[in-house]
Amino acid sequence: MTITALARFQFAMTTVFHFFFVPFTIGTCFIVAIMESLYVATKKDVYKKMTRFWGRIMLLSFAVGVVTGIIQEFQFGMNWSDYSRFVGDIFGAPLAVEALLAFFMESTFLGLWMFTWENKKIGPKLHLTFIWLVSIGSLMSAAWILIANSFMQHPVGYEVRNGRAEMTDFFALITNTQFFYEYGHVITGAFTMGGILIAGMSAFKLLKPQKLTESDTAVFKKSIRLGLVVTLISSIALMGVGDLQMKSLIEDQPMKFAAMEGDYKDSGDPAAWALIAWADEAKHEQVFGIEIPYMLSILSYNKPSGAVKGMDTANKELNEQFKDKFGEQNYYPMVNTLFYSFRIMAGFGVLMFLVAAFGLFFTRKKKQILYTKKWMLWVLGLCTFAPFLANTCGWLVTELGRYPWTVYGLFTIEQSVSPNVSVASLLFSNTVYFLLFTGLAVTMVGLVIRELKKGPSFEAQQVKAANATAVDPFAKEVF
Amino acid sequence: MTALQFFWFFLIGLLFSGFFFLEGFDYGVGMSVQTLAHNEREKDQIVHTIGPVWDGNEVWLLTAGGAMFASFPYWYSTLFSGYYLILFFILVGLIIRGVSFEFRSRVPAHQKNIWNWTLTIGSFMVPFFLGVMFISMIQGMPIGKDGNMTAHFTDYINVFSVVGGIAMVLLTYLHGLNFIALKTSGAIRERARNYAQLAYWVLYVGLVVFALLLIFQTDFIQVHPVGTLALLVVIVALTVLAHVASFKGAELTAFLASGLTLVAVVVLLFQGLFPRVMISSIDPAYDLLIENSSSTPYTLTVMSIVAITLVPFVLAYTAWSYYIFRKRITLPAVGASEGY
Repeated sequence: MTITALARFQFAMTTVFHFFFVPFTIGTCFIVAIMESLYVATKKDVYKKMTRFWGRIMLLSFAVGVVTGIIQEFQFGMNWSDYSRFVGDIFGAPLAVEALLAFFMESTFLGLWMFTWENKKIGPKLHLTFIWLVSIGSLMSAAWILIANSFMQHPVGYEVRNGRAEMTDFFALITNTQFFYEYGHVITGAFTMGGILIAGMSAFKLLKPQKLTESDTAVFKKSIRLGLVVTLISSIALMGVGDLQMKSLIEDQPMKFAAMEGDYKDSGDPAAWALIAWADEAKHEQVFGIEIPYMLSILSYNKPSGAVKGMDTANKELNEQFKDKFGEQNYYPMVNTLFYSFRIMAGFGVLMFLVAAFGLFFTRKKKQILYTKKWMLWVLGLCTFAPFLANTCGWLVTELGRYPWTVYGLFTIEQSVSPNVSVASLLFSNTVYFLLFTGLAVTMVGLVIRELKKGPSFEAQQVKAANATAVDPFAKEVF
Repeated sequence: MTALQFFWFFLIGLLFSGFFFLEGFDYGVGMSVQTLAHNEREKDQIVHTIGPVWDGNEVWLLTAGGAMFASFPYWYSTLFSGYYLILFFILVGLIIRGVSFEFRSRVPAHQKNIWNWTLTIGSFMVPFFLGVMFISMIQGMPIGKDGNMTAHFTDYINVFSVVGGIAMVLLTYLHGLNFIALKTSGAIRERARNYAQLAYWVLYVGLVVFALLLIFQTDFIQVHPVGTLALLVVIVALTVLAHVASFKGAELTAFLASGLTLVAVVVLLFQGLFPRVMISSIDPAYDLLIENSSSTPYTLTVMSIVAITLVPFVLAYTAWSYYIFRKRITLPAVGASEGY
């Protein structure tokens, strides 16, 4: 095993695991903020219960998201030191801004939000401001990390001097077109996920209505509605942005585009779209494919005509473009992985949209059949797992599709790795991370189930008991 | 070296100082969970003292790391890849510690002690390995011509670095004890002060050993004799001040003094390094200097504007948050869960 392979595996493992919790937190935090806004506006107890109940689940995700995020900032230096030397002048800046602008805000106001529910001096409006600041902080955090990623996908605002990429235009860096696609895609994806998680978990609870009190039933019914509204709106935006991002690849990263479609040969005009296919990656040819005529032209150009490049042509062009700097090489990525990851991601995206649309239809005031139909609740409940898969597949497409580059066209994966870290060290860290993540995942799932079992009313009783004694009003003040 | 480069060297030092001052007591509190508290209620009580602020304190470390990446990418790359395993242990400590706060208050009662232990063990690991890292770093490490450090076990684990790690654990533990004494009422407050008063005697011994090793194992005394000696005196004076304040019951003074002791240690390390950022034990020509390991003037300027604009806001709302949570924490009632 080479250090590059181990470092790549580690990056994939830590990032995928981290990204289970990032959109989970961003999405649910945003919806919890909406719930608390509704509470402040209407003073209805049901909204307070929703806020606190889903807030507790959001906090679990937040905790795991934070600790797995620290790995990300460290591992660029630890595993990818030559990469860090090459791009540090550009890549470090957004990471530093992210910490300064977003992390401080998120963590400070989350602390304030968690511990000032019953504080008399903090009124409900100020308390509501805290959760919105956390939500805004998390959205800004995503912006800066995606600015960094966008540079890797589509470098702008730099010049290569003194053996490294040096920043020449900060403004160009933060207005990278790739950034707007990525940001739109990730954020609408996170909101879609937040909505479907809350609706899905509520559906599981409604499967056993005899175990729920009347007020808990109301909490979960309202949660389904609110969750599905968020999912519906954001999934429409998600599909729109995803489509634009896909189209931008035709120009920016033709190899990735062709691999996602599994096309080795240039398409005919009009281009057909493969629904299912399998590639022989060693021989560079498609073994079989079930195709829908015209479809790829429509997806690519919004009209039933127009051809797209295949991987063979892309490979030839890339070799012409980069042979002076990188020599003759093979630019084919992992075709089958990209092909199916893309389909799983997009398929689940459409599924979540459909579930949200039908779910809202079947929970409309006039005819609320979803709440009592077991199979519908099961469908919605099982959708809880869909966004985790969709997100992972989406990142696999984005990152694996950039092969062999870390920074597109500038720096390769082979050049990026830390040359001084041993195989033994990497094996050790990979193993421990794996065990640690397994433990965290098991605990996390167990705790979410536990929270669901306890339900919203349990929480209210607990808080009453805790707040009766939490702060001694007669204690001497410290400062 | 330009003024801009110096400013960023100073800023990295400042961020590490802020980190050790603030997150330092969080580690001390974490260690105290299994070493100071006698029962579950007391454990909840001391965890509650940092409940709302520990996460914000930890961001100082992330900001220091991010700022180092942005302003001194060569330093960041050499340090982080060279200390791969040490940083890995720091990460493991940060992870098992970071999830404990949330998990320990959510798991069934019989599992709670697992997360009390991870909180305490993680809180020991991080300052210990940070101490090992920083101390071996100032001794000089095998950094080659290409800026890569290829250290072996004995390079970073030696008598001096282990003493440094233990000293860092002691300093943060004491800082945490002073914080608990300042922020709680009841039996735990008295006990924290008693522990601190005893532990300071151990720290004195540690500091003498540390000072001797610093003089003989590094070039600090040759390169910066005045600053090094002055800072050693400051560290001892602050330690004595904290100790005396603890005896007198001046809890705020004791806390500030132990925090400033940690800051003084960071300043000692940074002034001793200056104008280098990493010392090569192979050849002084391979030392990484402030001058040759920084980002471009353009990037440093952009980052300066960002930092100068944002830092006042960060400091303001951090201070406000401490003001909101200024009350002492009492022993929670039987059966009550934690704040949230």
